[in-house]
Amino acid sequence: MKIDFKHIQAAHCKTGVTRNLLRYAGVDKMTEPLAFGIGAGLFFVYIPLLKINNGPVIAFRTLPGHIFKRTCRSLGIPVIRKKFSSKEQAESFLEECLEKGQPVGCQVGVYYLSYFPKEYRFHFNAHNLVVYGKEPDNYLISDPIMENPTLLTPYELARVRFARGALAPRGQLYYPEKEAPITDDRMKKAIRSGIDKNVRNMLHIPTYMVGVKGIKYTGNKIKKWRDKLGLKKAGLYLAQMVRMQEEIGTGGGGFRYIYGAFLQEAYSYHPNDQLLEISNMFTRSGDSWREAAVQAAGIYKGRIGEQQDFNIMGDYLLEISEMEKQAFQALSKIKWHSS
Amino acid sequence: MKKEDVPQDLSSLGKITKEVCYATDHSGKYVTELSRGWDIKITALDTAWEDIEDRIKIAGEKVSNGHASPILYFMERGLMDTGIVAAYTGFRKWQVKRHLKPAVFKKLSDKKLQRYTEIFNVSIEELKSMTVHED
Repeated sequence: MKIDFKHIQAAHCKTGVTRNLLRYAGVDKMTEPLAFGIGAGLFFVYIPLLKINNGPVIAFRTLPGHIFKRTCRSLGIPVIRKKFSSKEQAESFLEECLEKGQPVGCQVGVYYLSYFPKEYRFHFNAHNLVVYGKEPDNYLISDPIMENPTLLTPYELARVRFARGALAPRGQLYYPEKEAPITDDRMKKAIRSGIDKNVRNMLHIPTYMVGVKGIKYTGNKIKKWRDKLGLKKAGLYLAQMVRMQEEIGTGGGGFRYIYGAFLQEAYSYHPNDQLLEISNMFTRSGDSWREAAVQAAGIYKGRIGEQQDFNIMGDYLLEISEMEKQAFQALSKIKWHSS
Repeated sequence: MKKEDVPQDLSSLGKITKEVCYATDHSGKYVTELSRGWDIKITALDTAWEDIEDRIKIAGEKVSNGHASPILYFMERGLMDTGIVAAYTGFRKWQVKRHLKPAVFKKLSDKKLQRYTEIFNVSIEELKSMTVHED
């Protein structure tokens, strides 16, 4: 059985799955940047005490799961979401969906994901893909970060759906219910609410580790890493940051470019020139993140490593913090024409 | 980032699939462009793997010197910590920590060892003798 599901490659797994499932559900105008922006995906958080792969957690987007949920809710589309206590239940429910002709999104771990290159298979449990059919021995898989659809055996799929550890998927699957086409009016409101939410997340969460304050905090911390951690460990931490920022799924520049693309698309619904100007601000911010990554690489490659190099590194983040603060403040002041 | 500046440095992922990047065209409009990889993040990943290789080597030496059980070696090799090992085997974290002691490890029943061999993809013999085969 094979559902007529269109595999379109995306930068990020979650927004790719969201867009592809929503398009299947009849929301033809959904794009990856719109899914990201309406889902208020842009974020920053630094959690020094929580370690992944022996480095601190530094995230450039919101928690996994939030984007799909928020995007669907903003558009008024009901979501079916299920977790399972056993692999058997998880598989039989999946088969039922496929038989009904419903492609489903699955949360999976990448550690046992056979078609990924070994170098990328860490214990990361918040990857997402779509199952859209079954052949006798394989499930048909649409993984948005891959150029082409792929296959997994039932054993392989069960294994990644029941990956263990932090953020264990517990067989989680989800899909939007079929809906009448979304009106432009609904889309306009969803875009506005996504922007409002993102402004709150980046400017107004009252802790120092989060949002634009978090970027500044991290910048100041980085300046102390050389003395506190030693060169080697500081290099590892910086490499970890660069991976979170640029690795598969960010679209480059720690998701700042996708957000810039979102604001341009938002302009076609809300023709306010400010949106284009603010989009440029995010492009510049993404560029600065990438320049910072080049500086970081100098350190973890061992080409540079003086205190002054760490100061320059930290200053990049202080600058970016200021740029993004201005961008989000400008977004918060946009006058929306009544829609 | 401008479309023509999207890096094309071949990464290990790039051999299997290109990645979608968002970049601007000559008029400043966002478009998507495929990238084969970027040198900066290739070395970031290499740096992470060098650290892992170091940890595996140190773990192997500890096992050989009798300071740890082979579980430590396979745990590092599997990029795991005691929390992940506990989650997969169903043991408690403190039990996993105990099993890292050679004296305790020696007394483990085959049934318990099996819970480790499954997640490490090795046989009991291979686990005990710290033998590695490529998967």
